[in-house]
Amino acid sequence: MKSTIRDLDDVRIIELSGKITIGSGDVKIRELIHQALDTGHSKIVLDLAGVNAIDSSGIGEMVACYTTVTKRDGQLKLLRLSSKINDILQVTQLITVFDVFDNEQEALAALRG
Amino acid sequence: MPQAADAHAVLVLASRFDSIEVAERALVETCAASGCAREDRYWLVTALREALANAILHGNRQNLALPIEVEYRLAGDTFTIMVSDQGEGFDPASIPDPTDPENLLRPSGRGIFYIRQFMDRVEYSTSSHGGTTVEMTRKVQPLEGSGEHEEHDS
Repeated sequence: MKSTIRDLDDVRIIELSGKITIGSGDVKIRELIHQALDTGHSKIVLDLAGVNAIDSSGIGEMVACYTTVTKRDGQLKLLRLSSKINDILQVTQLITVFDVFDNEQEALAALRG
Repeated sequence: MPQAADAHAVLVLASRFDSIEVAERALVETCAASGCAREDRYWLVTALREALANAILHGNRQNLALPIEVEYRLAGDTFTIMVSDQGEGFDPASIPDPTDPENLLRPSGRGIFYIRQFMDRVEYSTSSHGGTTVEMTRKVQPLEGSGEHEEHDS
């Protein structure tokens, strides 16, 4: 998995690409989220447009990150899910947990609203 | 209606996470050679990865002395994947429902659920080595009949 970080004022946007799977991408997400929180960025957008596969470990890590961010009074939004990742969140009803957006402006507006 | 060509492959893999990538490549090549639709291929790979992760992590507990056997079989329109470990076995019925509201925010426990969602039939049994065998099948569409075109990764 590869990642690119952008900061827009108080919002950290983390663009991910590749696989978020056991033994690789799942741990990387955790590190990126903790790095954001530790540097004062509690409003985080995970842009998943470049992610072509995710497994239950990757999903579990996203859930753990959501819990971590929320406990620290932050917000975590998901951006640009593929239809298959959307399906994977749907079947486990996690789509009801995460706020999901199709474009960055909507995600930013939700974070700043 | 045309069908994908029959295929059969067996892999013996080390109990480490790198093996999942090896097994995925072999599955993708088997699917491509036999002409399975890409949609089916995606969900077969998803189920394979979950079953292998369970076998490596919970079955063989990453013990490199214990190999994992993987078998692919395409017969007619039915693709079968078998994954066998040499662990202590488990009761799949003991896994809590991850969609239960009280489990929704648990960071683990979704792998078997995903397998059941994306495959048509899933059965667990005791393997010949005393561990767990998961046998899972999915009806697949041929590439031609799905309106898709084969692509090659660069």
